[in-house]
Amino acid sequence: MDFAQAFWVLLLGSLLGLELIGKVPPTLHTPLMSGANAVSGITMLAALTLIITAKDNLPLLIIGSISLGFALFNVVGGFVVTDRMLAMFNRKPSKKLK
Amino acid sequence: MDVSLIQSFINLIAVLLLALGIKGLSKVRSAKEANRLAAFAMFLSIIGLLTYYLGKPGEGITQQSWLWIIIGTFVGSLFGAILAKRVPMTSMPETVALFNGCGGMSSLLVAIGVIFFQRNETFIQDISILISIFVGSITFSGSIIAMAKLQGWLSTPSWTQSKIRHLINISIAIISIVAFLNLIQSVNTSTIWLLVISSTILGIGVTLPIGGADMPVVISLLNSYSGIAAAAAGFVVGSQLLIVAGAMVGAAGLILTQVMCKGMNRSLVSVLFGGTLSSQSKKLDSGGEYTNITSCSVEECALTLEAANKVIIVPGYGLAVAQAQHTLREVAKILEQNDIDVSYAIHPVAGRMPGHMNVLLAEADVPYEQLKEMDNINPDFPATDVVLVLGANDVVNPQAKSDQNSPLYGMPVLDVQEARTVFVIKRGMSAGYSGIKNDLFDLPNTSMVFGDAKQVLSELMTELKELGVGAK
Repeated sequence: MDFAQAFWVLLLGSLLGLELIGKVPPTLHTPLMSGANAVSGITMLAALTLIITAKDNLPLLIIGSISLGFALFNVVGGFVVTDRMLAMFNRKPSKKLK
Repeated sequence: MDVSLIQSFINLIAVLLLALGIKGLSKVRSAKEANRLAAFAMFLSIIGLLTYYLGKPGEGITQQSWLWIIIGTFVGSLFGAILAKRVPMTSMPETVALFNGCGGMSSLLVAIGVIFFQRNETFIQDISILISIFVGSITFSGSIIAMAKLQGWLSTPSWTQSKIRHLINISIAIISIVAFLNLIQSVNTSTIWLLVISSTILGIGVTLPIGGADMPVVISLLNSYSGIAAAAAGFVVGSQLLIVAGAMVGAAGLILTQVMCKGMNRSLVSVLFGGTLSSQSKKLDSGGEYTNITSCSVEECALTLEAANKVIIVPGYGLAVAQAQHTLREVAKILEQNDIDVSYAIHPVAGRMPGHMNVLLAEADVPYEQLKEMDNINPDFPATDVVLVLGANDVVNPQAKSDQNSPLYGMPVLDVQEARTVFVIKRGMSAGYSGIKNDLFDLPNTSMVFGDAKQVLSELMTELKELGVGAK
């Protein structure tokens, strides 16, 4: 992947991000932040690449593995916590009417 | 078929799903599905990567690599899941901060691993590595400090409120920049560590002076940083998916930060460099003593409530701390049974995080329609008989509208003083998070009920039942 190509990807990705969020009801600020935070754990792919290309280099394998651990802690924890928060919004009126 | 083509295809779908996920998270209806969609997209991206390396001739994944992948995956996911399941709803903000810090740490480690062992000595890769180290370190240390402060493990040291902190932070920033520029020219181990350490300290130095009420904004900003760190890591390992996703989160986080700042009527600059509100107010001397405090018993409060037609409840952080949301719901139910109109006024920054109160009240099964946003409920206060302020302070301070010298001036607040009677349930006379005197407490139609929110509410419930309210 050459630089110009990567740079275009960066630019378009940023523009996409700017467009995605327009109006957010205050209710969703926390879940949105937490969900976006989980997505930022995408560095797990970099960690995976590091481990796979490390071959027999033990220190690199260890660094990659720790990095992968941190990233997945971020990803799994982030999504589960967001799910928990959002679950509370979903059991709304229907249940209440009883 | 070519494996890199398959991977590109999978990545394309993953990016699309991630974008849809983030988009969906900003709407109440679709939020839950959107979150799962994003999670699925992340899973898909892993499959894409593994397919690529497994299928590519001459690449493959060694057994040793598998071992370390499994260890990292297992440990990280397990701890993440356990923490996420166990953490109480009240400490959501610090949990998000912790997760975010770990994301930053991950990018930092990738960059360190590559620069020591896999450098291909291209200019672009070097710069990306350095950015990844710089932003990753700041994200990590800043998030951990934010978490510690929200948890109450760290207070705001007084020296951080003086002007010296700018001097210290600027000098550390200069050290980082010098190290950065040096490394661009020639990479050597000690300078790398200098960069790591100085940017870590910079993250601490910038976050430490920031007051608790501004923490949500800082976490959101740090979240944006971790996206940037991820994008930089994408440049390091040459992954388009990483760059897109990182850039997306970085940009979206920035917008969200802006939205939050607007809600508090603060600019990002004053949040980052202004220190806590109380330190600003000392200069302006807008404090002062309370002169006209009326305190009343729970019984009086119950009697007034019984005679009311319309009651508005204003929840704040104190409610979350006392874990009184379920008791509050019980009290509200009793009032409703007596045909009293009950609603909840939600200030956009009540609590320690935007939306904090919504999450809290939803946990107690408060019907969604009863939660009213500030702009919708403010016109209702003059026609309201009783307002119950539960552990909220700055968001109901009339100073924000009346006193031009107040540091709070201009912040949108709930006009509770317009109501006939206001009860403020509070543990003591301590100031709110801004550290500013609340003029509301001095008004003739305000009465203070001192005590822990949960205890007061359960006493209130007993009193109401004795009065025959709600019993049918």
